[in-house]
Amino acid sequence: MSKMDRRSFLRFGGLCVLGLGVLSGAEVLAEKQLKAAPASPALVGKKWAMVIDMKKCWEAGKGECRDCILACHRAHNVPDIANPKEEVKWIWTEPYEEVFLDQKQEYTAEGIQGKPFLVLCNHCDNPPCARVCPTKATFKREDGIVMMDYHRCIGCRFCMAACPFGARSFNFRDPRPLLPKLNPDFPTREMGVVEKCNFCAERLEAGALPLCVEACRQGALVFGDLEDGNSEVRTILRSRFTMRRRPELGTGPNVYYAI
Amino acid sequence: MLEKALMGGKRYWSWLILLLAMMSVGFRFYLLQLNQGLTITGMSRDVSWGLYIAQFTFLVGVAASAVMVVLPYYLHNVKAFGQITIFGEFLAVSSVIMCLLFVIVDLGKPMRLLNMLLYPTPNSILFWDVIVLSGYLLLNIVIGWNVLEAERKAVSPPDWVKPLVYVSIPWAVSIHTVTAFIYSGLPGRDYWLTALMAARFLASAFACGPALLILLLLIIKTLSKFDPGREAIQKLAQIVTYAMVISLFFVGLEFFTAFYSQVPGHMHSLAYLFAGLDGHGKLIPFMWAFAFLAIGALILLLNPRTRQQESTLKVACGAVFASLWLEKGLGLVVAGFIPNAFGEVAEYLPTAPEILIALGIWATGALILTVLYKVAVSVKEEVA
Amino acid sequence: MYNARSILSGLGVFLVLITFPFWYNVGKSAAAPEPKLDTPAIQQLSRKQCVGSTPYMRANHMQLLEEWRTLAVREGKRVYEAADGKKYEISLEKTCLKCHGNKAQFCDQCHNSLSVKPDCWNCHVAPEGR
Repeated sequence: MSKMDRRSFLRFGGLCVLGLGVLSGAEVLAEKQLKAAPASPALVGKKWAMVIDMKKCWEAGKGECRDCILACHRAHNVPDIANPKEEVKWIWTEPYEEVFLDQKQEYTAEGIQGKPFLVLCNHCDNPPCARVCPTKATFKREDGIVMMDYHRCIGCRFCMAACPFGARSFNFRDPRPLLPKLNPDFPTREMGVVEKCNFCAERLEAGALPLCVEACRQGALVFGDLEDGNSEVRTILRSRFTMRRRPELGTGPNVYYAI
Repeated sequence: MLEKALMGGKRYWSWLILLLAMMSVGFRFYLLQLNQGLTITGMSRDVSWGLYIAQFTFLVGVAASAVMVVLPYYLHNVKAFGQITIFGEFLAVSSVIMCLLFVIVDLGKPMRLLNMLLYPTPNSILFWDVIVLSGYLLLNIVIGWNVLEAERKAVSPPDWVKPLVYVSIPWAVSIHTVTAFIYSGLPGRDYWLTALMAARFLASAFACGPALLILLLLIIKTLSKFDPGREAIQKLAQIVTYAMVISLFFVGLEFFTAFYSQVPGHMHSLAYLFAGLDGHGKLIPFMWAFAFLAIGALILLLNPRTRQQESTLKVACGAVFASLWLEKGLGLVVAGFIPNAFGEVAEYLPTAPEILIALGIWATGALILTVLYKVAVSVKEEVA
Repeated sequence: MYNARSILSGLGVFLVLITFPFWYNVGKSAAAPEPKLDTPAIQQLSRKQCVGSTPYMRANHMQLLEEWRTLAVREGKRVYEAADGKKYEISLEKTCLKCHGNKAQFCDQCHNSLSVKPDCWNCHVAPEGR
């Protein structure tokens, strides 16, 4: 208990003096008392990534399948907002020409023209959203996931300006009443915070693959560790031609599209 | 000295009451925003910053422009500015307060504002902006107040004020540079991703800030016995002229790079602002108003006769302020989001509640400015 | 003394305002809250023991929840080892609320009585809504 007091005292001291480095060091020490150990069945990776086989997606789904989107949005309590200005989306589709703006041309192959491509947070290697966040509410985890701490977000929306992929949504109003059905096992968000896909960090911790991957009946979405040479994602990347969105910006997106 | 703000005529008090009324209307709508969320504004998933952040950006410029009276006086001994530095500093004080208020009303979770200090994040430009703005506010209050108090007692200011003044000069440049970095360091926002941003911000700040100061000083001249002096006004007018020329030159540079290179990403935002994009063009009238006002102001300023004549100078200064407000306080921020990450145009115009909240903050700034200027003018009248 | 009357009346107003909470609440003592622990889940436990001792939880549950929040959200650590060596999953929904499913009698009673408004339930789904 005395440690708790010391900790809150240090916090307050940090606020007054902005004594940065010392404070974070002390906090780490204070947290040691909890002796947290990693959960045993969790999926552990060094650099999580996703490869989306768009051909499989279209062939089986005929461009109308929404299994992955619905599964994700239901499980994560993503509200269904009709007004496009206030839409909240974690995973959704956009036509090819808009997803790969720099590839837009008059004579695109017919098989690809206007085809829906799945888009979600790219969990970049060098995420500009995390760089600009003034409170570390968005941060990069060691396993590569760009995570959000909704408890800490102040809703300044700097991350939305910084993200070149339009992957972030803001809660312009209270999302609770707009949920068709509440999933009690996952928190909702509250009014005034930004949100986005979390690569199902909560499922990985429980040893399960991301829900969109599991929900896809065609196996078009593949999830794995890029640092593991034998992972399924690496196998596909070795054998197929893949694309990433806006690689020239240097953010290092970790969602690959196999066409 | 503050007691001087409590002694004023009927006109003074009715002006304050008017401002208080505007503030309470703004506050009323802010409560609505707290209750219902930012849905009451015109902002969207695509244009996620709007009027509030644009006002913030514009007012950081007004605040930084105090350096345009402080620097000539303290570093180049321009005596004409001796009487008016205080008005520049107090203008900076009220502008910085408005800036901070605009940041707060823009937050989705204002109650968590202190998270910025509880979890200090040096890699975030917004964190640095809050730090430099708070520091600048403190510097200008301390310097302004002490210099004025010394003037009242007819002594020279305490020795420790001088170093603070010297610090405040680069500090003023820093606040607007850091504010420009908020924009110019974001990948994928081509309109903002230009090294020219900070320079452009400073140039337009040094035009519109002193232009506002000229207008304010001329108002003070008619309302009180204090005369800033013709020389001071004319010196300021020259500063406005140079800064306006440079400012428009910079805008021209952006146009050249975009349209000579023909890189679509660089052309889109400018095209949207001045000609419309994919059939969308709600900001076109505002941007052409900017162009005409700016050119009109430039003609009046470059011509020595119209610059030296008070009546035309007033018009020129009003045009400078209005045009740069349109360019920076509206177009620059909004157009950075257009087109969005998918090449689509989602338009933005502020809503009525949003405008009323912004007006409430402007009224708050005006109230603070009025009170501070009242104190300063009373001291000047007393000393003279 | 200059302006004695205005100074004294000003002081009077100040005193009245600053003591407002005391005289406003005179005679309105509220009953002490009695959080209930008799949920079915708790009754089924062979050893009725929370992740910490009762006095510790009563005084420090908010700090503990904050620590849990940091560990789960920011460090991705989901296992908490209690003082007695027992391991728990770090989760408000899956651990705390599994036993304390009676939010109204357990959480709200004290919070209401102390006029504390934690915002947990803005996002986390309260047991009643499950």
